[in-house]
Amino acid sequence: MLRLNCLRSVYSELENCLVVTIMGAVAAELHSLGHRPNFFYLQHAMGLASSTGLGLALCLPEQSVIVFDGDGSLLMNLGSLSTMARYRPRNLVHVVFDNESLLSVGGFPTATSTGTDLEGIARAAGVPQAVTVRSVENFKTAVSEAMHGNELTTIIAKVEAIGPSGYITDLSLLENRFQFRRHIQSLKKP
Amino acid sequence: MPVSLANSKLIYETLKECDIRLVSALPETWLVHLIRLTDEDPEMTLVRLAKEEEAVGISAGAHLAGVKSAMLMQNHGFMASINGIVSFAHLYKIPLLMLISYRGTFGERDPWQTQGGNVTEPLLRALAIPYFFLDGVESVKKRIRHAQTLAESSLQPVAVLLTRDLMWEE
Repeated sequence: MLRLNCLRSVYSELENCLVVTIMGAVAAELHSLGHRPNFFYLQHAMGLASSTGLGLALCLPEQSVIVFDGDGSLLMNLGSLSTMARYRPRNLVHVVFDNESLLSVGGFPTATSTGTDLEGIARAAGVPQAVTVRSVENFKTAVSEAMHGNELTTIIAKVEAIGPSGYITDLSLLENRFQFRRHIQSLKKP
Repeated sequence: MPVSLANSKLIYETLKECDIRLVSALPETWLVHLIRLTDEDPEMTLVRLAKEEEAVGISAGAHLAGVKSAMLMQNHGFMASINGIVSFAHLYKIPLLMLISYRGTFGERDPWQTQGGNVTEPLLRALAIPYFFLDGVESVKKRIRHAQTLAESSLQPVAVLLTRDLMWEE
Protein backbone atom coordinates (compact mmCIF):
# COMPACT_ATOMS: atom_id res chain seq x y z
CA MET A 1 0.00 0.00 0.00
CA LEU A 2 1.31 3.42 -0.98
CA ARG A 3 0.83 6.42 1.29
CA LEU A 4 0.07 8.62 -1.69
CA ASN A 5 -2.80 6.36 -2.75
CA CYS A 6 -4.16 6.40 0.81
CA LEU A 7 -4.09 10.19 0.87
CA ARG A 8 -5.69 10.37 -2.57
CA SER A 9 -8.50 8.05 -1.46
CA VAL A 10 -9.58 10.42 1.35
CA TYR A 11 -8.55 13.76 -0.19
CA SER A 12 -12.11 14.85 -0.99
CA GLU A 13 -13.18 14.07 2.60
CA LEU A 14 -10.56 16.42 4.00
CA GLU A 15 -12.25 19.52 2.68
CA ASN A 16 -14.18 20.30 5.83
CA CYS A 17 -11.60 19.13 8.39
CA LEU A 18 -8.58 20.72 9.94
CA VAL A 19 -5.62 18.66 8.80
CA VAL A 20 -2.21 18.47 10.51
CA THR A 21 0.61 16.48 8.95
CA ILE A 22 4.13 15.56 9.99
CA MET A 23 7.17 16.53 7.93
CA GLY A 24 8.77 14.74 5.02
CA ALA A 25 6.90 12.46 2.67
CA VAL A 26 3.48 12.91 4.29
CA ALA A 27 3.58 16.70 3.91
CA ALA A 28 5.02 16.61 0.41
CA GLU A 29 2.54 14.03 -0.86
CA LEU A 30 -0.54 15.71 0.59
CA HIS A 31 0.68 19.02 -0.81
CA SER A 32 1.20 17.38 -4.22
CA LEU A 33 -2.49 16.44 -4.33
CA GLY A 34 -3.40 20.11 -3.99
CA HIS A 35 -2.89 22.44 -1.06
CA ARG A 36 -5.88 23.79 0.81
CA PRO A 37 -5.98 26.48 3.52
CA ASN A 38 -7.18 23.92 6.08
CA PHE A 39 -3.93 21.90 5.78
CA PHE A 40 -1.09 22.58 8.24
CA TYR A 41 2.23 20.86 7.59
CA LEU A 42 4.41 20.63 10.69
CA GLN A 43 7.76 20.53 8.92
CA HIS A 44 9.83 19.76 12.02
CA ALA A 45 9.28 19.19 15.75
CA MET A 46 8.90 15.44 15.28
CA GLY A 47 6.30 13.99 17.61
CA LEU A 48 4.24 17.12 18.07
CA ALA A 49 1.74 16.74 15.21
CA SER A 50 -0.53 14.65 17.45
CA SER A 51 -0.18 17.19 20.28
CA THR A 52 -1.10 19.98 17.87
CA GLY A 53 -4.15 18.04 16.76
CA LEU A 54 -5.12 17.54 20.39
CA GLY A 55 -4.84 21.27 21.08
CA LEU A 56 -6.98 22.08 18.03
CA ALA A 57 -9.56 19.42 18.86
CA LEU A 58 -9.94 20.55 22.48
CA CYS A 59 -10.26 24.21 21.51
CA LEU A 60 -12.62 23.62 18.57
CA PRO A 61 -14.95 20.83 19.70
CA GLU A 62 -17.35 21.39 16.78
CA GLN A 63 -14.59 21.03 14.22
CA SER A 64 -13.35 17.74 12.83
CA VAL A 65 -9.55 17.41 13.16
CA ILE A 66 -7.39 14.81 11.45
CA VAL A 67 -3.68 14.23 12.07
CA PHE A 68 -1.45 12.40 9.60
CA ASP A 69 1.34 11.10 11.80
CA GLY A 70 4.14 8.61 11.14
CA ASP A 71 5.74 5.74 13.01
CA GLY A 72 9.04 7.58 13.52
CA SER A 73 7.31 10.71 14.79
CA LEU A 74 4.88 8.89 17.07
CA LEU A 75 7.67 6.78 18.56
CA MET A 76 9.33 10.05 19.62
CA ASN A 77 6.23 11.06 21.59
CA LEU A 78 4.40 7.92 22.66
CA GLY A 79 3.17 9.79 25.73
CA SER A 80 0.96 11.75 23.35
CA LEU A 81 -1.22 8.64 22.97
CA SER A 82 -1.88 8.60 26.72
CA THR A 83 -2.62 12.34 26.76
CA MET A 84 -4.99 12.06 23.79
CA ALA A 85 -6.70 9.07 25.40
CA ARG A 86 -7.03 10.93 28.68
CA TYR A 87 -9.01 13.78 27.11
CA ARG A 88 -10.50 11.62 24.37
CA PRO A 89 -11.70 14.34 22.00
CA ARG A 90 -14.44 12.85 19.86
CA ASN A 91 -13.57 15.14 16.96
CA LEU A 92 -9.99 13.87 16.54
CA VAL A 93 -8.83 11.22 14.08
CA HIS A 94 -5.21 10.15 14.40
CA VAL A 95 -3.79 8.42 11.33
CA VAL A 96 -0.30 6.93 11.58
CA PHE A 97 1.44 6.01 8.34
CA ASP A 98 3.70 3.19 9.45
CA ASN A 99 6.41 2.45 6.89
CA GLU A 100 8.69 0.95 9.58
CA SER A 101 11.29 3.47 8.53
CA LEU A 102 12.72 6.95 9.03
CA LEU A 103 12.38 7.40 5.30
CA SER A 104 13.28 11.05 4.82
CA VAL A 105 16.65 10.70 6.54
CA GLY A 106 17.74 7.64 4.60
CA GLY A 107 15.38 4.83 5.47
CA PHE A 108 16.68 3.69 8.84
CA PRO A 109 14.36 1.02 10.28
CA THR A 110 12.20 2.01 13.27
CA ALA A 111 11.10 -0.27 16.09
CA THR A 112 7.89 -1.14 14.24
CA SER A 113 10.14 -3.09 11.84
CA THR A 114 11.14 -5.36 14.72
CA GLY A 115 7.70 -5.94 16.14
CA THR A 116 6.54 -2.83 18.02
CA ASP A 117 2.77 -2.70 17.57
CA LEU A 118 1.47 0.87 17.48
CA GLU A 119 -2.16 -0.24 17.38
CA GLY A 120 -1.56 -2.25 20.54
CA ILE A 121 0.19 0.68 22.20
CA ALA A 122 -2.64 3.06 21.27
CA ARG A 123 -5.24 0.66 22.62
CA ALA A 124 -3.31 0.03 25.82
CA ALA A 125 -2.88 3.79 26.26
CA GLY A 126 -6.65 4.04 26.34
CA VAL A 127 -7.47 5.23 22.82
CA PRO A 128 -11.04 3.91 22.46
CA GLN A 129 -10.80 2.94 18.79
CA ALA A 130 -7.60 1.63 17.26
CA VAL A 131 -7.26 -0.30 14.04
CA THR A 132 -4.55 -1.39 11.59
CA VAL A 133 -5.22 -1.32 7.85
CA ARG A 134 -3.21 -2.74 4.97
CA SER A 135 -5.21 -1.85 1.85
CA VAL A 136 -6.30 1.47 0.37
CA GLU A 137 -9.91 0.33 0.40
CA ASN A 138 -9.75 -0.50 4.12
CA PHE A 139 -7.90 2.74 4.79
CA LYS A 140 -10.59 4.80 3.12
CA THR A 141 -13.33 2.99 5.02
CA ALA A 142 -11.50 3.32 8.36
CA VAL A 143 -10.93 7.07 7.92
CA SER A 144 -14.49 7.67 6.81
CA GLU A 145 -15.91 5.71 9.74
CA ALA A 146 -13.62 7.47 12.19
CA MET A 147 -14.59 10.89 10.86
CA HIS A 148 -18.25 10.12 11.36
CA GLY A 149 -17.86 7.87 14.38
CA ASN A 150 -17.78 10.51 17.11
CA GLU A 151 -14.96 8.78 18.95
CA LEU A 152 -11.20 9.31 19.22
CA THR A 153 -9.63 6.89 16.76
CA THR A 154 -6.06 5.91 15.90
CA ILE A 155 -5.62 4.26 12.51
CA ILE A 156 -2.32 2.53 11.79
CA ALA A 157 -1.83 2.38 8.02
CA LYS A 158 0.95 -0.01 7.03
CA VAL A 159 2.55 1.55 3.95
CA GLU A 160 5.61 0.94 1.83
CA ALA A 161 8.79 2.89 2.56
CA ILE A 162 8.55 4.83 -0.68
CA GLY A 163 8.22 8.57 -0.92
CA PRO A 164 8.54 11.49 -3.32
CA SER A 165 11.88 12.52 -4.79
CA GLY A 166 11.96 15.74 -2.75
CA TYR A 167 10.34 17.22 0.30
CA ILE A 168 10.50 20.98 -0.19
CA THR A 169 7.33 22.59 -1.51
CA ASP A 170 6.73 26.11 -2.75
CA LEU A 171 4.67 26.92 0.34
CA SER A 172 6.71 28.69 2.99
CA LEU A 173 6.29 27.52 6.55
CA LEU A 174 5.07 30.87 7.82
CA GLU A 175 2.70 31.41 4.92
CA ASN A 176 1.14 28.03 5.70
CA ARG A 177 0.88 28.84 9.41
CA PHE A 178 -0.77 32.25 8.98
CA GLN A 179 -3.09 31.01 6.25
CA PHE A 180 -4.19 28.08 8.42
CA ARG A 181 -4.97 30.33 11.39
CA ARG A 182 -6.87 32.80 9.22
CA HIS A 183 -8.85 29.91 7.77
CA ILE A 184 -9.91 28.87 11.28
CA GLN A 185 -10.86 32.45 12.13
CA SER A 186 -13.00 32.60 8.99
CA LEU A 187 -14.91 29.50 10.17
CA LYS A 188 -15.96 31.33 13.33
CA LYS A 189 -17.58 34.23 11.53
CA PRO A 190 -21.38 33.92 11.50
CA MET B 1 2.56 22.18 52.49
CA PRO B 2 4.41 25.48 52.46
CA VAL B 3 3.64 26.27 48.83
CA SER B 4 1.96 29.67 48.93
CA LEU B 5 -1.74 29.30 48.28
CA ALA B 6 -2.32 33.05 48.32
CA ASN B 7 0.34 33.71 45.70
CA SER B 8 -0.77 30.76 43.60
CA LYS B 9 -4.27 32.26 43.61
CA LEU B 10 -2.87 35.62 42.59
CA ILE B 11 -1.08 34.05 39.62
CA TYR B 12 -4.17 32.08 38.68
CA GLU B 13 -6.43 35.15 38.82
CA THR B 14 -4.03 36.96 36.53
CA LEU B 15 -4.09 34.13 34.00
CA LYS B 16 -7.87 34.36 33.97
CA GLU B 17 -7.72 38.14 33.52
CA CYS B 18 -5.39 37.56 30.57
CA ASP B 19 -8.11 35.45 28.90
CA ILE B 20 -6.11 32.25 29.25
CA ARG B 21 -8.56 29.42 28.66
CA LEU B 22 -6.26 26.42 28.31
CA VAL B 23 -3.42 25.44 30.64
CA SER B 24 -1.17 22.48 30.11
CA ALA B 25 0.83 21.22 33.04
CA LEU B 26 3.06 18.61 34.51
CA PRO B 27 2.94 18.47 38.30
CA GLU B 28 5.76 19.83 40.38
CA THR B 29 5.63 20.78 44.05
CA TRP B 30 5.47 24.54 43.58
CA LEU B 31 2.68 24.21 40.99
CA VAL B 32 0.25 22.03 42.96
CA HIS B 33 -2.16 24.83 43.88
CA LEU B 34 -2.05 26.34 40.40
CA ILE B 35 -2.86 22.99 38.82
CA ARG B 36 -5.67 22.32 41.28
CA LEU B 37 -7.18 25.78 40.72
CA THR B 38 -7.08 25.17 36.97
CA ASP B 39 -8.66 21.75 37.35
CA GLU B 40 -11.50 23.05 39.52
CA ASP B 41 -12.41 25.92 37.17
CA PRO B 42 -15.12 24.94 34.67
CA GLU B 43 -14.11 27.85 32.42
CA MET B 44 -10.60 26.46 32.01
CA THR B 45 -9.31 23.45 30.10
CA LEU B 46 -6.49 21.67 31.93
CA VAL B 47 -4.32 19.28 29.93
CA ARG B 48 -2.22 17.03 32.13
CA LEU B 49 0.82 15.98 30.15
CA ALA B 50 3.07 12.95 30.03
CA LYS B 51 6.04 15.14 29.09
CA GLU B 52 6.38 18.89 28.83
CA GLU B 53 7.29 19.06 25.15
CA GLU B 54 3.74 18.01 24.31
CA ALA B 55 2.64 21.37 25.67
CA VAL B 56 4.36 23.18 22.81
CA GLY B 57 2.19 21.34 20.31
CA ILE B 58 -0.96 21.74 22.39
CA SER B 59 -0.40 25.47 22.88
CA ALA B 60 0.40 25.85 19.17
CA GLY B 61 -2.88 24.11 18.34
CA ALA B 62 -4.69 26.42 20.75
CA HIS B 63 -3.08 29.50 19.21
CA LEU B 64 -4.00 28.38 15.69
CA ALA B 65 -7.53 27.83 17.01
CA GLY B 66 -7.58 31.37 18.42
CA VAL B 67 -7.48 30.36 22.09
CA LYS B 68 -5.00 31.84 24.56
CA SER B 69 -3.07 29.31 26.60
CA ALA B 70 -0.33 29.00 29.19
CA MET B 71 2.17 26.29 30.11
CA LEU B 72 3.01 25.33 33.70
CA MET B 73 6.25 23.46 34.10
CA GLN B 74 9.39 23.08 36.16
CA ASN B 75 12.68 24.32 34.72
CA HIS B 76 13.60 20.71 34.00
CA GLY B 77 10.40 20.48 31.98
CA PHE B 78 11.47 23.54 30.04
CA MET B 79 14.68 21.71 29.23
CA ALA B 80 12.67 18.71 28.05
CA SER B 81 10.74 21.04 25.70
CA ILE B 82 13.60 22.73 23.93
CA ASN B 83 13.39 20.94 20.59
CA GLY B 84 9.69 21.75 20.40
CA ILE B 85 10.36 25.37 21.28
CA VAL B 86 13.02 25.75 18.58
CA SER B 87 11.58 23.61 15.81
CA PHE B 88 7.94 24.59 16.29
CA ALA B 89 7.42 27.76 18.32
CA HIS B 90 10.42 29.62 16.94
CA LEU B 91 10.23 28.16 13.45
CA TYR B 92 6.51 28.92 13.04
CA LYS B 93 6.36 32.05 15.19
CA ILE B 94 4.02 30.67 17.82
CA PRO B 95 3.47 32.72 21.01
CA LEU B 96 3.96 30.70 24.21
CA LEU B 97 3.43 31.92 27.74
CA MET B 98 5.65 29.65 29.83
CA LEU B 99 5.36 29.78 33.62
CA ILE B 100 8.43 27.97 34.85
CA SER B 101 9.13 27.11 38.48
CA TYR B 102 12.74 28.06 39.04
CA ARG B 103 14.11 25.20 41.10
CA GLY B 104 17.72 24.59 42.07
CA THR B 105 18.75 28.13 42.97
CA PHE B 106 19.56 29.86 46.30
CA GLY B 107 17.72 28.12 49.12
CA GLU B 108 17.28 24.81 47.27
CA ARG B 109 17.54 21.82 49.61
CA ASP B 110 16.92 19.04 47.05
CA PRO B 111 20.31 18.06 45.62
CA TRP B 112 18.70 16.69 42.44
CA GLN B 113 17.35 20.09 41.45
CA THR B 114 20.62 21.96 41.62
CA GLN B 115 22.15 21.31 38.19
CA GLY B 116 18.98 22.52 36.47
CA GLY B 117 19.11 25.70 38.50
CA ASN B 118 22.58 26.43 37.20
CA VAL B 119 21.67 26.28 33.53
CA THR B 120 18.12 27.62 33.29
CA GLU B 121 18.95 31.25 32.60
CA PRO B 122 21.95 30.48 30.34
CA LEU B 123 19.63 28.26 28.26
CA LEU B 124 16.92 30.92 28.06
CA ARG B 125 19.51 33.45 26.93
CA ALA B 126 21.02 31.02 24.40
CA LEU B 127 17.55 30.52 22.92
CA ALA B 128 16.89 34.29 22.93
CA ILE B 129 13.75 33.71 24.97
CA PRO B 130 12.75 36.88 26.84
CA TYR B 131 12.28 36.13 30.55
CA PHE B 132 11.48 37.87 33.78
CA PHE B 133 11.03 36.81 37.41
CA LEU B 134 7.94 36.60 39.55
CA ASP B 135 9.44 37.43 42.91
CA GLY B 136 7.12 39.87 44.66
CA VAL B 137 3.38 40.00 45.22
CA GLU B 138 3.05 43.58 44.03
CA SER B 139 4.47 42.90 40.55
CA VAL B 140 2.84 39.54 39.75
CA LYS B 141 -0.13 40.85 37.79
CA LYS B 142 1.81 43.37 35.77
CA ARG B 143 4.63 40.99 34.86
CA ILE B 144 2.36 38.17 33.71
CA ARG B 145 0.30 40.62 31.68
CA HIS B 146 3.41 42.11 30.15
CA ALA B 147 4.83 38.68 29.35
CA GLN B 148 1.64 37.73 27.53
CA THR B 149 1.57 41.03 25.67
CA LEU B 150 5.11 40.48 24.42
CA ALA B 151 4.46 36.85 23.47
CA GLU B 152 1.43 37.91 21.40
CA SER B 153 3.04 40.92 19.77
CA SER B 154 6.32 39.21 18.95
CA LEU B 155 4.80 35.78 18.20
CA GLN B 156 7.43 33.97 20.20
CA PRO B 157 7.86 32.07 23.47
CA VAL B 158 8.23 34.17 26.61
CA ALA B 159 9.19 32.79 30.03
CA VAL B 160 8.14 33.88 33.49
CA LEU B 161 10.31 32.34 36.21
CA LEU B 162 8.40 31.53 39.40
CA THR B 163 10.84 32.06 42.26
CA ARG B 164 11.14 30.61 45.75
CA ASP B 165 10.47 34.05 47.24
CA LEU B 166 6.99 34.04 45.73
CA MET B 167 6.04 30.36 45.74
CA TRP B 168 7.39 29.04 49.04
CA GLU B 169 6.49 30.00 52.60
CA GLU B 170 8.96 28.93 55.26
